[in-house]
Amino acid sequence: MQTALSIAMDALAYGMALFIICIGLSLTMGLMRVVNLAHGAFAMIGGYIASFAARDLGLGYGFGIVLAMIGTVIIAVPLERLLYRRIYDRSELSQVLMTIGITFCVIGITNYFFGPTLKTIPLPAELARSVDLGFRSIAGHRLFVIASGLVVAGGLWFLIERTGFGIHLRAAVENAPMARTLGIRTEIIYAASFALAIGLAAFGGVVGAEFLPIEPYYALRYMVTFLVVVSVGGAGSIPGALAACLLLSAIDVTARYLVPDFGNFFFYLAVILVVCAFPRGLMGRAQ
Amino acid sequence: MPPGRTLGRDLLGLALIALAGLAGYWLFPDNLAFLTRVISVALLVLSLDLIVGYCGIASLGQGALYGAGAYAAGIACVHGITDPVLLILIGAAAGAVMGILMGAIMLRAHGLPQLVLSIAIVQLLHEAANKASSITGGSDGLSGMSPAPLFGIFEFDLWGRSAYLFGLGLLLIVFAVLRFVTRSPFGMVCRGLKEDPLRISALGIYAFPVLLKMFVISGAVAGMGGALAAIATQVVGLDSVSFEISANALVMLVLGGIGHLYGALIGTVIFMALEHVVAAINPFHWMTLVGAVLIAIVLFAPRGLSGTLDELARLLTRDRWGAGR
Repeated sequence: MQTALSIAMDALAYGMALFIICIGLSLTMGLMRVVNLAHGAFAMIGGYIASFAARDLGLGYGFGIVLAMIGTVIIAVPLERLLYRRIYDRSELSQVLMTIGITFCVIGITNYFFGPTLKTIPLPAELARSVDLGFRSIAGHRLFVIASGLVVAGGLWFLIERTGFGIHLRAAVENAPMARTLGIRTEIIYAASFALAIGLAAFGGVVGAEFLPIEPYYALRYMVTFLVVVSVGGAGSIPGALAACLLLSAIDVTARYLVPDFGNFFFYLAVILVVCAFPRGLMGRAQ
Repeated sequence: MPPGRTLGRDLLGLALIALAGLAGYWLFPDNLAFLTRVISVALLVLSLDLIVGYCGIASLGQGALYGAGAYAAGIACVHGITDPVLLILIGAAAGAVMGILMGAIMLRAHGLPQLVLSIAIVQLLHEAANKASSITGGSDGLSGMSPAPLFGIFEFDLWGRSAYLFGLGLLLIVFAVLRFVTRSPFGMVCRGLKEDPLRISALGIYAFPVLLKMFVISGAVAGMGGALAAIATQVVGLDSVSFEISANALVMLVLGGIGHLYGALIGTVIFMALEHVVAAINPFHWMTLVGAVLIAIVLFAPRGLSGTLDELARLLTRDRWGAGR
């Protein structure tokens, strides 16, 4: 019983961390139709900035998160203007190649500047101690991650379904030329949603650093995991991404607890089964 | 083009490859082990070209086929089947079987889910090979194989001379066969499926068996590459069935040019030669360089080096004709 509870708590927290990182990727893929394999690279940049701010400059965790999000977006927006804009209507293979290229460059350059070591992000005292929930205690940090995931999911749903920006975004996705005719400036919409996705990636990279440690090959090592989550969930769907994150993290954490020497075997087995059964993802949109 | 002329061009191409291979043999006698690895990876990249370049299916899991061949040949060799030609055939068979499985799974999906399936398959095999350490040697790698001399005469010695020449011969044979396959009606149907699947199905052709057949051929070629690596190095490591080798193979193919068999060879040689030099200096510089090259190719030369060379050649010849008029 105790094991089952620990597995459930760990899986929930890990799934939420994955969700915060992957939801941005799901949005860029589903709404803007870009296969952005460099998404993990932006999460990594966020982690590096937060680690630098919180550990080396001693600015504190919250400040580190804010700085990481702002810094990553500042790096990403010129990339969107210069590189991504040219591949929006190119083939999937071109998008994959270009974004793998960006990932390699990010890994090479960050490690040139920051050195090839594991980067830790020190937690503040309030998050480091455990919180008593009555039936069992849980690390404060995990509670924080779970809460952040819920806030991100709710906030995004509100933004896309209930605000003017969301209406413009959905219009631009549905039919870009018609949206432009109606006076919606699609380039700005695309740039803003790209920046939002990247900001979320940086946020997720920082708060998820306890589960996915910030290390030199972060962007490459977890690239597959992020991509898998999005395609299992169905690109562009918030509930789909949430379901995929929770399902896959449950499988992954359970396998790690019960049969640790199988590694990721069951994770990938589950992925193959789900994608074969739902080729468009759990809640993907029909094309 | 009349059939006589294509035959002549093919023979010329094969002669050029043989010449380049022999030049490598004379120029770098101390690096033959590395050159043999280049040939083995070239087979992998050729097999990837069959799927990506001729069928238009993006795959980041070609290492599954290569690793299947390498492990099959390695395990057979450890258990007493030591004839190198037979080992290559075993590798090809294992790759082909894996090709059927992979094709049957991957062809269920399209686009991104298809790409993810290819990655999941290679990762699953990687974990399985790691877990089944009593058969595969796990993370230590499979070792202890000693292939018999080639045709009973040529020993696989420390300098790797017979391994290299064996590999070169294998590459030439495979290349010739693939030229034939890609130009056959079957190859044309594959190209057609890549360009316009709707039209091909309107002609009454059912895509699935055609593509599956290409997966089998591709698997056999990749399996031979893996078996060659197993014979030449006498070790099979987990890296032969990994996402990394699959991604690198795709990068090499794109560098050389998708949909050209020559492109696959050019890309492999350039990529591995550069990697050999630059990665030895600093692996992170190497990653930055590869990344920048990939971005540049997508932006400026979508058809890769061979495609760009073709275009240049066409421009130059047209200019010359223009000047003659």
